[in-house]
This record gives sequence, structure tokens and C-alpha cells, in this order.
Amino acid sequence: MTETLPDAAPLSFEDALEQFDPVLGFEVHVELNTATKMFSAAPNAFGDEPNTNVSPVCLGLPGALPVVNEKAVESAIRLGLALNCDIAESCRFARKQYFYPDTPKNWQTSQYDEPIAHDGWLDVELDDGEIFRVEIERAHMEEDAGKLTHQGGSGRIQGADSSLVDYNRAGVPLIEIVTKPIVGAGSRAPEIARAYVSAIRDVVKALDISDARMERGNVRCDANVSLMPKDGDAFGTRSETKNVNSMRAVEHAVTFEIRRHAGVLAAGGSIVQETRHWKEETRTTSSGRPKSDADDYRYFPEPDLVPIVSSPAWIEQLRTTLPEPPAERRRRLRESWGYSDAEFRDVVAAGLLDEIEETVGSGASPATARKWWMGEISRLANARDVEPTALGVQSATIIELAGLIDEGKINDKIARQVLEFHLDGEGSPAEIVSARGLEVVSDDGALTAAVEKAMAENPDVVEKVAAGKLKAIGALIGPVMKETQGQADAGKVREIVMEKLGVS
Amino acid sequence: MSEISRADVEHLAKLAHISMTDEELTTMAGELDVIVDSVKKVSEAVDADVPATSHPLPLTNVFRRDEVGEMLTAEQALSNAPDAEDGRFKVPAILDEE
Amino acid sequence: MTAEITRLTAAQMAAKLAAGEITSVELVRAHLDRIDAVDGGEAGLNAFIHVSRDEALATAEEVDAVRAAGGAEAEALHPLAGVPIAVKDLIVTVGQPTTAGSRMLEDWVSPYDATVVERIRAAKLPILGKTNLDEFAMGSSTEHSAYGVTRNPWDTDRIPGGSGGGSAAAVAAFEAPLALGTDTGGSIRQPGAVTGTVGTKPTYGSVSRYGAIAMASSLDQIGPVARTTEDAALLHELIAGHDPKDSTSLPDEVPAFGAAARTTDVSGLRIGVIKQLQGEGYQEGVLARFQESLDALRAAGAEIVEVDCPSFEHALSAYYLIMPSEASSNLARFDGVRYGTRVEPEDGPLTIERVMGATRAAGFGDEVKRRIILGTYALSAGYYDAYYGSAQKVRTLIQRDFAAAFEQADVLISPTAPTVAFPLGEKLDDPLAMYLNDVATIPANLAGIPGISVPGGLASDGDGAALPVGIQFLAPAREDARVYRAAGALEALLSADAEPLWARAPELPTAAAQTAGE
Repeated sequence: MTETLPDAAPLSFEDALEQFDPVLGFEVHVELNTATKMFSAAPNAFGDEPNTNVSPVCLGLPGALPVVNEKAVESAIRLGLALNCDIAESCRFARKQYFYPDTPKNWQTSQYDEPIAHDGWLDVELDDGEIFRVEIERAHMEEDAGKLTHQGGSGRIQGADSSLVDYNRAGVPLIEIVTKPIVGAGSRAPEIARAYVSAIRDVVKALDISDARMERGNVRCDANVSLMPKDGDAFGTRSETKNVNSMRAVEHAVTFEIRRHAGVLAAGGSIVQETRHWKEETRTTSSGRPKSDADDYRYFPEPDLVPIVSSPAWIEQLRTTLPEPPAERRRRLRESWGYSDAEFRDVVAAGLLDEIEETVGSGASPATARKWWMGEISRLANARDVEPTALGVQSATIIELAGLIDEGKINDKIARQVLEFHLDGEGSPAEIVSARGLEVVSDDGALTAAVEKAMAENPDVVEKVAAGKLKAIGALIGPVMKETQGQADAGKVREIVMEKLGVS
Repeated sequence: MSEISRADVEHLAKLAHISMTDEELTTMAGELDVIVDSVKKVSEAVDADVPATSHPLPLTNVFRRDEVGEMLTAEQALSNAPDAEDGRFKVPAILDEE
Repeated sequence: MTAEITRLTAAQMAAKLAAGEITSVELVRAHLDRIDAVDGGEAGLNAFIHVSRDEALATAEEVDAVRAAGGAEAEALHPLAGVPIAVKDLIVTVGQPTTAGSRMLEDWVSPYDATVVERIRAAKLPILGKTNLDEFAMGSSTEHSAYGVTRNPWDTDRIPGGSGGGSAAAVAAFEAPLALGTDTGGSIRQPGAVTGTVGTKPTYGSVSRYGAIAMASSLDQIGPVARTTEDAALLHELIAGHDPKDSTSLPDEVPAFGAAARTTDVSGLRIGVIKQLQGEGYQEGVLARFQESLDALRAAGAEIVEVDCPSFEHALSAYYLIMPSEASSNLARFDGVRYGTRVEPEDGPLTIERVMGATRAAGFGDEVKRRIILGTYALSAGYYDAYYGSAQKVRTLIQRDFAAAFEQADVLISPTAPTVAFPLGEKLDDPLAMYLNDVATIPANLAGIPGISVPGGLASDGDGAALPVGIQFLAPAREDARVYRAAGALEALLSADAEPLWARAPELPTAAAQTAGE
């Protein structure tokens, strides 16, 4: 028997890739945003008082029976279709049996050999625009477990004296998406891992079947890694890194596991098939529980639920509700908005695609929409420590602000202030401008007086301008602004100076 | 040959989370052996092409609309708890991973 | 008067209530008195685990008040309003304990009502209490209860059948006119047979299972227990009907079972005698009463044919794989975390794993443990296909046998149980012999079809007095009305020249007599 050499030093990523081909696999759990749970009419809600969103079914009370949430099934079929899967003509739920205090019935209602969707694929876009196709093995429905809080010790499970259980999350609908082994990723494996999880997040968000917030656990990823020698064709033993819950973590976890496996294998050891835990602080994984014979889940068809039969008519009706695939949509929007690649990438990274699309759809120019969302709105959101979307800025407000600028009533600087006043509840931009007297000074009397004063105080500048150095006008704008408390329109000042000096 | 050994029962009791004394394991193994011996012939009674019946009546697609319905209050939920704290069920230490 | 009104049928009670001849409070008091007289003490029947005196009287007072006030509300009362009922302690009830006959749920009170209980409450039937059963309904004798054995009113040294021995004994002993049972492999019908009462296992899905503590989900059905076919039919009508909380509940309209039970005409009815459910293993007296029943039905114009159900040979084996498999899973929830008993291990570290193990070791009785281990085995890796998988295929074969039989016959007939009530303790140490009691009742559960047991006379097993024999009728799924028609007819034929069997039960020693004798 080969030694497992758990302490072998990881190879560098480059050295690992020189000797081995990585094989990846992902199990992504998507928490659905249905109003109620998978099998009970209790609310599917996050963060409420413990054990308040529960029914007899969620607590596994004696005599309680499950009933399937139709919307969850439709979400699963729609996701299956979006992942280009075949939808099972007939499928069933099964009981996956194991004892754990967060599992109220001591089995999880899941799907075993009859998933609702199977054999699909998803094209994921890499950083350089290259498309990589990930084959999907299956997508199946199941339920979430309750939430454990460990007491005593360090607050972790090890060393805890006791644990507290809240069953609010028990029974929340999940869809688990399982890939086929991903081969041929080579050195791009970590990037593909991140892009895949990102693509799944985009798909479920576009379908509006999940809130898709990884930091809240709406999308959770288990990453499987194994290595194949360069000259071989048999898959190696895989490790399964659990709950890698950010896209960056997925990338790092895959990188680390490739290096770790390579280190063990290169030293002549063998990989143990086991669960690994991701450690964010050190960007490493640690050994969890080895897969043992004791994992006998005793699956059998859930007798309290009846089969789901998907008629072609039902599937086609659901197909009509599918949104444009996210990758295709991005391609279309980039072309129609005319942003540079860098600009577009920033928008995607900021997660403001939907907002900008809506603002453009409401009549703003793509440039204006980008300027506001990526500029002032993002800055204010950052200052207030919320998501830009959480500020609640309406497209109509942005269009109104842009209009006021175009009409010369306010300048950019004042427009930014107006937005802030608007968010503080002072009314529409036009109302704020009027109420606060922010309209730029454009009546020629006051403005001309201010210009004349500035010209009188800066004869050297006047001389330069008169000599045709139009750039020098800038030096007059400052004093005019000062005189008018910032309410002068720079373009207008320029016009008056040029008119007075008879230059053009 | 016996169908179920004492070691089998020990493993099954572990899976089923029932603590058993040595004596109970031995007794149970003997009893189960007789029962399994008498029921095992079902596998000879059926051909591979006979479909399995898991539901006696062939209903399909029984769904619930996604609307909030019957619920328990936290007080009701915890009313029978052997131990509770801060509105949650309290259990002794969990040592194994998962 | 008080003593006599407990001997009325539920239908008669309902009529007298409607006519204002008796009140519900009188009825409830009479039954509570009867329970006090015969249920407690060393030699008492012990049919009840819990008696809910105050609640039953409160409901009765409510019904009486509504009736006294008259008007639309009185008009709208359910025909059975005010008729008391007992509920098997496997069915959950708010405000009364539900133990399932187990230490595991010793102090458990459900925060919700079973759907059938909601319906009973809505119809205003006073609930007298919760009846004894084999722990988690696992048994055929009510000896496997953590709350003591229930005795058979016909011979208190004998078993009342099981698992619903408490409901059957209570009805047979006039402690309640009606009761609810659950039937997974015969737990309503076999106790009915050995106590001289009527019990129906409805078509699977006819009655909601929501709130019945599950033993084997694909076999369990709640059903009525009564002294007459008509009473059983009326109670079945009340509890049947679609329930959105049970995914296996049938969406059908509820037929008029009461009317079917009153149709005593069997002329032209084709009755199939199941070849496999007679002969070997059946007591002589049981077979004799069965033969007489066939003769009576034939004489009344029924056509008796023999049907062949070869797969029944494997029914018991299939049942004893499917039932424990599903039960092992359904009972996994009893772990001392959320409700019920929690037991800490006597020594060693206090971990949840070990607490679960100790809780389940102390909370479950031997028969429950046996079935959990057997079910765990049948579902475990490497055995599933041979055991659970094959058993589910046998189910298909049994359904096919029934389908073929129902081509030839409108209803099928057999003895309900192979023997009359056996002495307490006789089969306790022989699980396999105990399981054989269910040989005739199990096929209906496997196929999901309705079955009824009605009294077919008395027979002795050669060792004592004459005891009740049950006759079972089976019908195709969703044709429950047919079993009521056939059973009602047989009941009428057999009591044409004699008192009905239920009225012939021997007098029981009362608590007063017990005390006097001490």
C-alpha cells in the first residue's frame, strides 16, 4: 500500500501543470428564492428570529407530511433548460438517510437516481473572451438543513460543549447542479472554476430563481479536483473541497488542491478520497472526514411524495419564460452600448448590468447611464456602505439630472449634490434645484457683472485671451465661480469673455 | 449459513443509532436471521422485467402553490424540546464532521 | 338508561340526539362511566391510554347548546355531532397527549391536529380519549405497548388483536360507539375480527394520513372502527376526502358509504373466494364460520366464484421487507433533539451521537428495534435490490393478481384472521408466528385496495369459550362502497335470526366488582 504522505509539500502551480493534467468537477447548490419551503408552506426567509419560520413538516414532527412546492419544480425545470439539459419525463424524490441534529427527520429529501434534469452543458466565458464548455451531468431538487451554532470551545464544531439548532433554514429549496468531469482545462483550471461558478450565478440570477448572493450562501460550491499524469488516461483519486463560497475562493481552492495533489503524487504518495475544508485565511484546504463505508445513505423512493411527470407542453410553456442566456446578453449589450472592453468589464464586475440596461431602456444615453451608475451612485453607495442598487436610484432621476445638465440649468458638480439631496428625501431633482436655488447663474446681468469683475481684477489674463490664447479663459472661470458661489455655467462664462474681447 | 451475523447487527445498529448491549446484539442477530431467512425468497419470486410499485395508487404531480400557509410559533416549536436556549434547540457536542 | 345508551349503535345515537331524546352530555357521561367501570384496574381492559373527560364534555355541551338553540346552526350540525369517539393514540391531537404506545413520546403533546381530528372536531364529535396500541402500531396483539396490554372484552386473558387493540376493545366493550384506527397490514381489520367489531381499511389515499404517526407510509391508512357496518361507513364518510396536506390523498368525491352499507341486497353480486386465503394455517372453527357466511351469501343470491392469486404466497415476505424499511426511516426522527424523550448514556462522553443512541435504545421497545434493524438491513448498500427492490416488484404482482381477480368478481372474500383471539403472551417470543396473523389482511395494503372485517359468528379454538371470527371483504381501489354493501348484507343475513354478535359479548367485571372481590 502506498503511503498517503499528507505532509508532502505542495508543488508550485507551474511544476504541477508540467507533470499532471487537472480534472475538475463541481457540485453547486443553489438556494431558491421561493416564498415558501420545498415541502412545506412555511416561509423561506433569511435572518429571522430562530425557529419562527417553521411548520410541523420543517421540524419533522410525528405525523407531518411533505407537499412539493410547484414553483420550486418549475424553477428546477427552467434551470435545467437554461443549462441545456434533458428534462426527465418522470422523476421522483428519495430519502437520503443520515443522522444529524440539523436534519429534522434524519433524512434529507433529495433526488437520487431520477434527477429532474440531466445531460446538459453551459458555455462559460474566460477573461480573454474564450468560451469553454462545461458538461452538466444532472440538476436535482433537494432541501436545505437547519443552522447549527456551536457553543463553548472556539465556537467551532471541534471543542464545542454543545450546539444550538435553528430550523428556519430546514427545508429551504435547493437545486444541486453536478458537472461531468472537466478535462482539458490545463493551466486555466482555476480560471475555469471561477468562471463556471460565476456563470451559474449569472444564470440563476437571470432566471430570477435565486437571490444568487454567494456571501449569504445562496450559491455554494463543492469543488472536486483530481490529477491525471500527463501521459496517462485514468482519472486520479479526487478530493472534494466543501463550501467554497466565493468566486475568488473557488479559484484559489482549485489552485491549492492541484498543487497539493501534485506534491503528494510527485513524492510517491497517494491521494485519499476525502472531504477537504477550505481555509480562507491561509488559502489552503485541510483534511476533513474520509469517505468511509459508514456512508450508507440507504436511499429509497420517498413514499410520501408522488412522481413528477413533465409533459412536453409544460416544458415548452416554461421554455418561453427563459431569459436570454447571460453570455449572449452581455455580447449584445457591449455591442449596442459601444463601451470599451475595459469599461464593459468594469460594469459587469460592479454587477450593474441590469441597472444600466434599465436606465438606457428608459431613455438615457449609454454613456450617461454608465457615468451615473459607475460614478456618483457607486461612490455614494460606497460611502454609505451599501450596494449601489440598494440606494434605490430610479432611472427617471438619472434622466432628469442629465436633462438639467443638458439644459445648462446645473453643472456636474451641483448635479452630484442634487442626487445626494434626492437620496436624503428632498424630492425630485427639479424640485431640489428650485427649492435650494441651485440653478446656475445664467441671467446675463449677474453673470456679466461677475465676469467683468474677474476681468478687471486679472488684466494679465485678459491680455493673453485677447492675444488669442483661449486656454487662458480657464483662469477667469475660478474667480467667477467664487463670485457666484459655484452656480455659474462654465460654458456661459467662456462665451461672455470671448464676446467682450471679440475673439473666437 | 446464517443470513445475519452479530457483526452485521452491530453495524446496522450503528447506522440506525440504537445503542445495544452485547447480549441484545446476539439475541437480535438470532431473531433477524430467522426472519430474513423466511423473507429472502422474494428476490426469487420476481423477474427483472417486473416494474416496482412504490405507490399503491398512481398519482402524479401533486403540488402546492408557493404561498405561505400553516406555521408554528417559536413557542409551539420549542414546546416539546428536551433542551432549548435562546429560542433554539440545544444538543450536546457534535464531534463528527460533515 | 345510562347503561343502555352505550349499547346503541352510532346511527341510533345520532337519531336520538337529533330527535332530542337524549343529549350529548348524557351520552358522553354514560361512556365515561363505562370507561371508569371496565377500563382500569388489574383486570380492566386498558383500552385507553388517556381519557379526556373535560374536553369530551365541553364538546358535548356545545353540541347540546346548538341543538337547543335550534335554527340554521342546529340544522347544519353533522349527523354524528354529539356522538362520542375514541382515537387511536397514533393520531395526533392538540391538547391531549399522543404517545404512539411508546416511551419515546411519553409526555409529548402535538402542537397540531391530524386532518382527521380536525374533521372530527369540526363535526363536533366529543373525543373521549386516546386508545392503546402496539408501540408505533407494530404488532398484532397490543401487547407491545409501553402502557400495558389491552384485554379482549370477550375473554380478558386473550389479546384484542393489534395494533389497534385499544380502539377495537373500546368499541366492543361499549366504552365508545366509534373509534379511529390505522391499518398498515391489518391493524384495523384483525382487531375487528377478534373482538367481534367492524373495521375498514379504506382505499389508500381515501383518508388523509396527515397527523397519523407514520409506520410505513406507502401502506398506512386511517379508517373507522365501529360495531356495525353502517356506523363504520358513516364515520368513513366523515373522515374521507381530499386533503392538500397529504400528497397521496385522492382527489375524489366521497361516495355515500352509509347508503351502501344499508343496501342489503347481494343478488347478482359476484363474490370471489381467494384460493390462497383458506385452508392451511386457518383454524377449523374459523373456516367453518367462513363457509357458513359463503352459504348465506349464496342463498341470498350472490354468485360465489373461486379466484386464484398465486403471488399472495410472497405477500407476507414482501410486507415484512417494505414495512420495516419504511418504518426504519420514518422512525429516524425520534432522536431526542426536537421532542420526545432524551436519554443520556450512563457513562462515557456526552456527545449527540451517543445521546441519540441511548435515547433510541431506551425509548423504543424490542419489536420496534427489531423492525428498525430489519429495515435498515433491507435498505442498506448491496441488499436494496434483492430485498426492498424485489418486495416492490412483488407488490406489482399482487396488484396484477387482484386486477385479474376483480375481472371475475365484484368483491373478494376471506377470513380476516387465521385464528380467533389467542391467549396473552402466547406469541410474544415468536415474532414470525405473530406476523402470520396478518397473512390475509396484508395483500390489501400492498395493493392499496379497500378491505373490511365484519363479524362472521363465534368459534372456539378448542381451548375455552366461543370467540368472534371475522370475515373480510375486499374491493378494487376507490370502490370502498362495495365492501360496505357486501359487509352490510352479510351482517344482516347473520343477524336475521339472532342478536347481532356485538350484543352477545359477555358481561365484563366492573371496577366496583373488582374492588368487591379483593
